[in-house]
Amino acid sequence: MTDLPNDDTLTHSGLEARDGGRILLIACGALAHEILTLKRLNGWNHMDLTCLPAKLHLYPEKITEAVTESVEKNRLAYDHIFVVYADCGTGGQLQAKCAALGVEMVEGPHCYSFFEGNDSFAARGDDDMRAFFLTDFLVRQFDAFVWKPMGLDRHPELRDMIFGNYTTLIYQAQTDDPALVEKARACADRLGLTFEYRFTGYGDLEKSLEHQAAKH
Amino acid sequence: MSDQEDDIILSELDNEELVQQMFDDLYDGLKEEIEEGVNILLERGWQPYQVLTEALVGGMTIVGKDFRDGILFVPEVLLAANAMKGGMAILKPLLAETGAPRVGKMVIGTVKGDIHDIGKNLVSMMMEGAGFEVVDLGINNPVEKYLEALETEAPDILGMSALLTTTMPYMKVVIDTLIEQGKRDDYVVLVGGAPLNEEFGKAIGADAYCRDAAVAVETAKDFMARKHNKLAAG
Repeated sequence: MTDLPNDDTLTHSGLEARDGGRILLIACGALAHEILTLKRLNGWNHMDLTCLPAKLHLYPEKITEAVTESVEKNRLAYDHIFVVYADCGTGGQLQAKCAALGVEMVEGPHCYSFFEGNDSFAARGDDDMRAFFLTDFLVRQFDAFVWKPMGLDRHPELRDMIFGNYTTLIYQAQTDDPALVEKARACADRLGLTFEYRFTGYGDLEKSLEHQAAKH
Repeated sequence: MSDQEDDIILSELDNEELVQQMFDDLYDGLKEEIEEGVNILLERGWQPYQVLTEALVGGMTIVGKDFRDGILFVPEVLLAANAMKGGMAILKPLLAETGAPRVGKMVIGTVKGDIHDIGKNLVSMMMEGAGFEVVDLGINNPVEKYLEALETEAPDILGMSALLTTTMPYMKVVIDTLIEQGKRDDYVVLVGGAPLNEEFGKAIGADAYCRDAAVAVETAKDFMARKHNKLAAG
């Protein structure tokens, strides 16, 4: 069984493919735990996983190039490649590049949408406009992905400039973990936002992977 | 008090040194120091427009360049913008009184469904610094609000901003409505925001995509110069 990588490694370095298999999943490091869990639960042993550093999300303009490099590096070793990124702030560029490379990717604008279910997320429309989302990974890595990159550790006075238009922090939980709920609640307090807990499970991520697993 | 002897007394600096120091203070996001520097220059008889362009815009241009080059990041830019805002608050009423040159007028807002305004606010501030009159519609603007502002404000430029992949297509809704109403050619339409790119700007029928505030200012100036040339030729 694949050892679960730690969050710091997933944030800064990602994860190398190592299991072999017919299908390679090229994913965001922020999804590694969820994908490895789904692999284990569903017995998808023909799927291998490699992750790019999750911190790429701080620089969405770099995601398309990084995914492209990973596809090109790995494509000869696998029958199929599936990109486990949504659009993720690339403004359609990742989708266009994947189409040009002949690989499929997860549907949706971002992981908050596919965890909730893309249809359901879209249906909420402007109701969630003022919500700041966290997933299990982002709750665990709140300081690395939110607090420090936004400079709030050094300049707490920036909080209202950055988050002043938000009203709520929605914690989209993939797992039932009371400790994470409390941590997410504390994150909301630190940002001055009201807290909402929404259990999503794996949403459309699981459906997408199921589809790939069955197809190949 | 051990570092007191190292403190720089702004009022003791000559103009050139003071402007240089204000560049540094803006870079470091020191709002109070910027406000003090602005007041000193005004007391020395500088025109508000000169203080704005030479001290504040000059300093903010360096900040913008270092942001583009990956030397500065969002928090530092926000602090610098906040410092510049402090200086602008002093200068704005004076600029109105002294009849500073007006390059053009812009209506700007973040599109419907989107509450992100950091980039838009930076553009507004830099446009004002460059001599544009800016009417800022804020966040979450439906097409009706843009149209109403265009009607009442009669700007030269419409600026739209979006940070989300899900909200950026709304810019096309606004542009298409302008086309339907036969008003598209009355305005220069500039668009910006993190997930946008030049291709998207072209595809939705904008006049230009601006990747940051400095580019927005240069692009706006360029379009205004073309407009004036066209009028002069006509």
